Parts: sequence; C-alpha cells; structure tokens
Amino acid sequence: MQIQPIVAALRRHRLATLLIAMEIALACAVLCNAFFLVAQRMEMIHTNSGIDERSLAVLSVNGFEPSQAADVNARMLAGLQAIPGVQSATLINQVPFGPQRAAAGVTHDPGGYKKLIGVVDFVLGGPGTFKALGLKLVEGRLPQADDYQPAVSFVPNDAQVLVTRALAEHAWPGESPLGKDFWCDKFHFRVIGVVDHFARAQPHQYDMAQAEWTVFTPTAPGGSLSGTYLLRARPQDVQRVLRDAKAAVAKIAPDVVLDQEDSKTLGDLRTDYFETDRIMIGLLLGVVVLMLGVTALGIVGLTSFWVGQRRRTIGVRRALGATRGDILRYFQTENLLIVTIGITLGMLLAYLLNAVLMKFYELPHLPLYYLPIGALALWGLGQLAVLGPALRASHVPPVVATRSV
Amino acid sequence: MFTYYLDLALRSLKRNKVLTALMVLAIAVGIGASMTTLTIVHLLSGDPLPGRSSVLFFPQLDPESPVSQGHTQPYPMMDYRSAVDLWSAHRADRQAIITSSSAKVRLPDSGQPPLMLGLLSTSADFFPMFDVPFQYGSGWSADDDAHRARVAVISAGLNQKLFGGADSVGRILRVRDTDVRIVGVLKPWRPTPLFYDPWSQNFSKTEDVFAPFTSSLEINQGNFQPYTCWHVPKDPRDMVHADCVWVWLWVELGSPAKVRDYARFLDHYADTQKAAGRFAVGSERVRLRDLMTWLTARGQVPDDVRLQAWLALAFLVICLFNAVGLLLAKFLRRSGEIGVRRALGASRGAIFAQCLVEAGVIGLLGGFFGWVLTLLGLWLVRHQPVDYAHLARLDTTMFLATFALAVCTSLLAGFIPALRASRVVPGWQLKAL
Repeated sequence: MQIQPIVAALRRHRLATLLIAMEIALACAVLCNAFFLVAQRMEMIHTNSGIDERSLAVLSVNGFEPSQAADVNARMLAGLQAIPGVQSATLINQVPFGPQRAAAGVTHDPGGYKKLIGVVDFVLGGPGTFKALGLKLVEGRLPQADDYQPAVSFVPNDAQVLVTRALAEHAWPGESPLGKDFWCDKFHFRVIGVVDHFARAQPHQYDMAQAEWTVFTPTAPGGSLSGTYLLRARPQDVQRVLRDAKAAVAKIAPDVVLDQEDSKTLGDLRTDYFETDRIMIGLLLGVVVLMLGVTALGIVGLTSFWVGQRRRTIGVRRALGATRGDILRYFQTENLLIVTIGITLGMLLAYLLNAVLMKFYELPHLPLYYLPIGALALWGLGQLAVLGPALRASHVPPVVATRSV
Repeated sequence: MFTYYLDLALRSLKRNKVLTALMVLAIAVGIGASMTTLTIVHLLSGDPLPGRSSVLFFPQLDPESPVSQGHTQPYPMMDYRSAVDLWSAHRADRQAIITSSSAKVRLPDSGQPPLMLGLLSTSADFFPMFDVPFQYGSGWSADDDAHRARVAVISAGLNQKLFGGADSVGRILRVRDTDVRIVGVLKPWRPTPLFYDPWSQNFSKTEDVFAPFTSSLEINQGNFQPYTCWHVPKDPRDMVHADCVWVWLWVELGSPAKVRDYARFLDHYADTQKAAGRFAVGSERVRLRDLMTWLTARGQVPDDVRLQAWLALAFLVICLFNAVGLLLAKFLRRSGEIGVRRALGASRGAIFAQCLVEAGVIGLLGGFFGWVLTLLGLWLVRHQPVDYAHLARLDTTMFLATFALAVCTSLLAGFIPALRASRVVPGWQLKAL
C-alpha cells in the first residue's frame, strides 16, 4: 500500500482532515483523563475498611445526659444482645463511612506541636468490639481486659492502642511500631499491636494515603463511649436484626432518641458514602460513550462525503485494475493516518488537561500507560467508523469511470 | 432575501435527511450536556440574598495560639471570647452572633416521642439582617438577648409537624429540660446555599429551632461541639472557656466607609489580643469578606459539579468540530449548485449568507432538541441522591441561554464552511457539469 497518493489526496482536503484530527485529539485528551478519573473513583469506592462489613450494623441513640450514660449503655447492651440473631452488641464511637466522632493531630513529643505525625481518627471500642469488627491483627497483641481505660473527656488519658499498618509505616518508617509512644496534647498512647487495614470514618476527606490513619483505642464504657452500638449478626440476618433493634429502642430506653440517619448496616453506610462517586463514574462513562459516538458519526459523515466525491476516481482506479480490497484499504489507511495525527496531538492535549486538573482537583499525574490505551481505543473507533463508507466505496463498479457524472 | 434563503435551507436540509439528523443530533447532545451542567453551576453559584448580599459581611480572625503547622488561613469560626467581644462592641449597623448545636425537643405533656433537632443560637439582629420571612409572630428583641429570655422561633416544618401548621405563637416547647415560649413561626425558608452557617453542607436545610444565643448557652450547655480546638478542652462540655472555635458572627455594614471602619476595628482588636499574648497572629490574619466573596472563598460549587461542567464543555467543543466537518462536507457537495448561482449573478456575500442561514436553522433545531435534552438531564439530576437535587430546574435565563448557545455554536460551526462555499470558483464548477 502506497502512502504517498493518500497524503497527496489529504493535502487537497487540508481543512476537513485537520477538523477530524482535532476532533480525535480532543476526544483522546478527554478520553484518557476521563478514564483516569474513573479509575481514581473506582479505587476510592473500593477503599478497604478492614472490617467484616457484611456482618455488621451500627445503631446510634442520643438525647441523654452524661449522667445517664452508664445506665443507657447497660440497658441498651442488654436489650440489643437479647434480640434474636444478634451475635454480639458492643460499644464503639465511630465506624468507617459513618460520622466522624474523634479525630485529632498527634505528635511524637508530649504536648508538642513540633514533631507532628498527622491527623488521625480515634476509634474507641469497648470490650468485644475489636473481635466483632473482624480486624486482622498482623503484629503485637490483642487488647487485654485491663487495657480498657475510661475516657472521661475525649480519649483515655493513657491508652494502649492498636494502629493500622499504614499509620505505623508513616509514623515510624522502617521500625517496629510496637511499644512506640505518641501524644495528643497531654494524652499519651502506646502501641501494642498493628492491624492490617482499618479505614477512618470519612476516608474521602483525606488524601488516599491517609485514608487508613486510624487508631483503635480500647476504652471502658461510659463518658465519650456511649450511645453508639455495633451489632454483629450473620450476613443474611443483619438487615432484619437492625430493623428489630431500631424497633426495640423505644422499649429498651424510651427516654432516648434514635438517630435514624446514622443507624444503618455497614453495607448501606458504604453504599451511601460512595453514592456521589458512583454518579460521577456513571456520568464520566456516559460522556465518554456519547463523545466517542459523536466522533464516530463525524468520521462516517465526512468519509461518506469523500466517497461520494471520489466515485469517478474510484471507478477509474477499479478500471485500471485495483481490487475491491485495494479501495477498502485505501480508505482504511487514510483513516489510520488522520487518526494518528489526531492521537499525536491528543496525547499532548491529554497531558495539558491533566496538568489543569491537577492544579484544581488534587489529582496525581496521568500514568503513561493511559496514552497507548486511549490511542488503541481511538484507532479501533476510527477503523470501525470508516468501515461502512469504505465498503461502499469498494463496491463502486469500474464502469463508473466510463460515465460522466 | 432572508425568507428565500430560509426556504433554500429547508429544502437542502430535507434533501439529505440523514446528514441533517446527524448534525442536529450532535449539536443537541452537546447543548443538552453542557446546559444541564451549566444550569447546575448557575443555580449553585446563585446569590442567596439578592439585593442584601453586598452589605452583609463575615468577619474572621485567628485566635489560635500557638499556631499549628500548615495553618495559614483563619478558621471559619471564632472562640467564645473573641466572638462575644466583637458582637457586644456593636460597631456594625447590625450584628448576629451564631452557633449551632443539636438539642432534644418535645411538646410537654403531649405524649409524642422527643425529637433531636438542630438548634440555631443567635441574636435578635439575625432575622431582620437576613430578611427571614415570618408566618406568625416575629423574632425576639435585643432585650430578650440581654435578659436570656426563654423564647424561641420555630421553622415552618416543625410547626407543621407539632401543631399541624396552626398559629403556635405563645405555645410552650421543651428544649432539653427548659420550657421556652414560641414567639415566632417562620414561613418555609430555605436559603440556598445555606450561607450563614460555615459548618453546614452547602445545600442542607435550616435548623428547626432558633433561640437567643445567651439563653441557649444555659439551656443546651454541654452539647455545643467545637469546629476544632488547639488545646484539648479540660472539660469538653464547657466550650465557653475552651481553646476551641465554635461561634461565628455576621455583620451588616451599610456603606463603604463603615466597611473600612469595621475592618480597622477588627485589625485593632486582633493586634490588641496579640499584644496581650492571647493570639499568636494579629491583623495579618483578619478577613472581612462580603457574602458572595465569602461563599466563593468557601467553595460554593462542589468540585464534582465544576468538573462535570468542564467535561460537558469539552464535549460541546467536540460536537462543534464535528458540525464544522459535516457542514463543510454538505456545502461543498453542492459546489455545482453554488457555481450556477454565482454564474447567474449571486455575490459571494449572498452565498455566504445563504450558508449561514442554513447553519442557523440547524442551530435552532439543535437548540430545540438540546432544550428537550436539558430538561431530561435536569430531571435526571432531580432524581439523584445529591443535596442540591431540589434546585435543578431551568429558569428563563438558562432557557434563553440554551438557544443562544445552540445558534452561536452552529453559526460558529457554519462560518468556515460558508466561507469556503462562497469561494467556489463558478467557472470550474460549470465546466464539470
């Protein structure tokens, strides 16, 4: 196949060629970045909470005074445990994808502001909560009975805690975190164990790298650990158990107010939390499909026009011995050339667009492998779009050459 | 001449229905996508108090000491002392001190289960300052603020829920353990965005109970949550004495001179506090922004929505390129016809005008279908679980903008092809016939 005649023909249609190439370029830029955004959102949606979500639900009540906390806790725990199907009912202050209740900046030095580790989430859990969550311990030991200290104001004054691997690697890179100390103002924490994964309440609000900066703090019931309960049941029972539990609150503690909005199964909490991301993914994919569709239509339209314009020329070529395959390949090669010009421009544009997005949306760099993927997609699209008109061209009979138009 | 061109355009469009449909469809889809997202951006960046927003200001200062790492902007709230100092100085035309908490509310002796509701603690100026509409009664007085009166204003929604919408002024409501007398009931009021609360989601609803700031401190003591703290409070239930920010202020300043004076007053206050050792930074971190500037600084339009708008515009540009290519093909295919017209005396301008009329007709058609698609898009947005869903409606401005955008797009798309068509050399074309 000779390229030269194709190039010569394209030169005579510089404007139209340029238009299609520009369209492809823009499509390429948008396509690469849209796919990248989709991939980012997908990664977010699949945030590993580290807990046994399918078997868990959370129930929250409020509207009671601190003096009533111990009594409310006792009544609620007993009442919830009595519900058929409940494997365990334990105290917790916050769960992944629920409201954030305790977060603070922690430091390597007591009361200091100089050696900041970062802002971490404190998950306060009563006896049994660690096991109920289904967290995976990778180093150190589980909390023992005397590790559960009362938290009068915020967290226990002197706590033995478990941190996530992500937090440990950030705070003490290359060292064993076991036995290490850290502080929040005057509150002291010592690391007794490391868990594999444990997401903070609102992982979205932080960098991806900080999504698991969570500290599990064994805490005795009462004080700031009251009103929110973690229910564990078999996955198939969770919905029903939560429904029964909500209904039972009125009987167990008629003077408190059930927090409908925050009492959900962990599965529902996750679904709700990532709702907007799912919408965004749908939208991005929708736009990509429409955009590719419009681009394909453009190619079909323009090639059809060219085929119509060149009927005589095609007839002459056929009469001079060109096969149908030759004509077909001519248009396919022509399309390949135009799309390639577009893609070359498009890759530059894609990086430019990525730079703009990075500036406004805290996005990382577009990984290089998106470019060949985008290029392949557009080459494929171009070939698919050109096939119809090219086939029609190849069916132009040689006899056309002998007729005047 | 125009009607003749219109007739020619319609004939030409009818002749090649598939190509016409493709062009109209491309423009319609582009317009539909961009207008849906632009309408959302337009609605979300709207002025919640047209006419009054320019005299309302949001003072900010930075009470934190010592200043923590990476903290370069003042918080959107203040500590109790700073807020009360500024409020009680009465240096503005009007000033409202505000904080928000949740409180247990019930009707005494009604047997209805208690509710946890948002309690907005503020001062008398809040209602006239923000043009809050009343159904029954009115707000409380400055005197009520001073005497920590047990009074409250309730939302239309709560009045409906508790009293079936009847005039409930004078009725008693139990907030936590205190009985308060209802002095006013609001008309349905949903400022969008919820501009006065720097803490809230932008498009959430207002609180249901409004009570004097001074009385609320006693009624709901212990239930105020800090926005953030720079020292862990000794007693987390005592925000008044804690090193935390949780209260904020809105002021009304009627003239530029008053704005300057108030800014000077704020600077002076911050510098005095710094000199006294209470603040780590002084006037360099004082801000006094008007309502719209503050909303912009706060990021009124969600990032996702902005991203969608850019995406849709990129899409429209692709549709534009597409339309240019197709129009070019269409016009040049008629080179023969154009050649005859030119030979019969039509000027280049006439050919150009004829082609543009045709492009304009395509634009109008595209605009019409684009409008239908926009309505469909907004309908889809209304059924999404996003907090601004209720806003998604097409107003007149955006309706007209749809057609303006469509016609502009197609005229822009038609410009180069029409220029090319008008350059057709008649002789060359006639020879080919």
